[in-house]
Amino acid sequence: MLSINNISFSYNKRSGDLFHDFSLELNAGNVYGLLGKNGAGKSTLIYLMTGLLTPKSGEALLDGVNVRKRLPKTMSDIFLVPEEFELPRLSLKQYVDINAPFYPNFSKEDMQRYLDIFEMDDDMDVKLQALSMGQKKKVFMAFAFAANTHVLIMDEPTNGLDIPSKSQFRKLVTTGMTDDKLMLISTHQVRDISDILDHVTIIDQSRVLLNTSFADVMNKVAFRPLREGDQPLFVLQSPYGPLGAVPAEEGEETKVDLEMLFNATLQNPAAINQLFTTSK
Amino acid sequence: MNFKDNKAIYLQIADRIGDQILSGVLVPEGKVPSVRELAAEIEVNANTVARTYDHLQQNGVIYTKRGLGYFVCPEARDKIVASRRDQLMQGEMDYFLGQLKAVGITPAELQGLYQEYLSK
Repeated sequence: MLSINNISFSYNKRSGDLFHDFSLELNAGNVYGLLGKNGAGKSTLIYLMTGLLTPKSGEALLDGVNVRKRLPKTMSDIFLVPEEFELPRLSLKQYVDINAPFYPNFSKEDMQRYLDIFEMDDDMDVKLQALSMGQKKKVFMAFAFAANTHVLIMDEPTNGLDIPSKSQFRKLVTTGMTDDKLMLISTHQVRDISDILDHVTIIDQSRVLLNTSFADVMNKVAFRPLREGDQPLFVLQSPYGPLGAVPAEEGEETKVDLEMLFNATLQNPAAINQLFTTSK
Repeated sequence: MNFKDNKAIYLQIADRIGDQILSGVLVPEGKVPSVRELAAEIEVNANTVARTYDHLQQNGVIYTKRGLGYFVCPEARDKIVASRRDQLMQGEMDYFLGQLKAVGITPAELQGLYQEYLSK
């Protein structure tokens, strides 16, 4: 659905390429978690995917159309919720009236439903400027989901949300997700969103270190207390003794620990790569 | 880390549905929430819930009526009890017996304790 083909990109010539010959394929029906260290290029990748930045070479295609052309049919089918944003000096009603027409599948009923999930007042006359940062984020995300675009991309969506809203955010995703949509969540807050993902994509400067489904991770890596003879990919000390990410034995299925998977992938990219490219 | 903490999520959800069948919240031939409904309710990815339903179907706990959704099998309760018995015998019992041995509880003592428990 969304293909990134051989993209190279740099912010300036001296610093060299942030992305070099980078490719990634994202498909409808999945909620992707995009993970990477600070400076790994997650936000840049998101801007390249949504046509906000121009690659030096290569292209990002949505259903075969280059997003950088910013055609109306592309722009009305992608919604980006950036990490930080400003909302105009308008009431919520004015904001919706002005922006909803850009999104042919926008649904007022959905907007109401998503505001309810966030336990936001249904006062459409509320001034956006009067809202706190967290409330602005909720209103904007309710709008983003109600726009019903096929592609919804969120950069650190749970940043700035209070503790109850993190669960509400998960409800928003599990309620709003359908088989024809593609959602991508870029984040460091892996604990907030682990259960709602079905695909994990870990990048590090130009390289896709891991891009696979949770089902695949569960088949290949076990997360549990270490036993004698284990050859762990990552070890975490805990009050219960050492826990680890280890290659899963036949039929061994454990809960995927995204944080351990991420650390294992960064610490031991070659072993992870081998584990995930060889079929069992 | 106990037995449940690192159990695959799709199996944790299967346990939850099993509990609901054993406690009578879900009844034989009764409707089970749709994949999407349950996913939204428990805030878990729909594909994970779909995997739970596949698993429960394979184990004869739920079945699907075309176009109508999932329903609880008439013999679901027996299936769940049997599978929990297997699970107990394979994993938790071993751990439990190990603990008994470690603190020196004799078979006779254990028998007494269990009988006492049953008569409560």
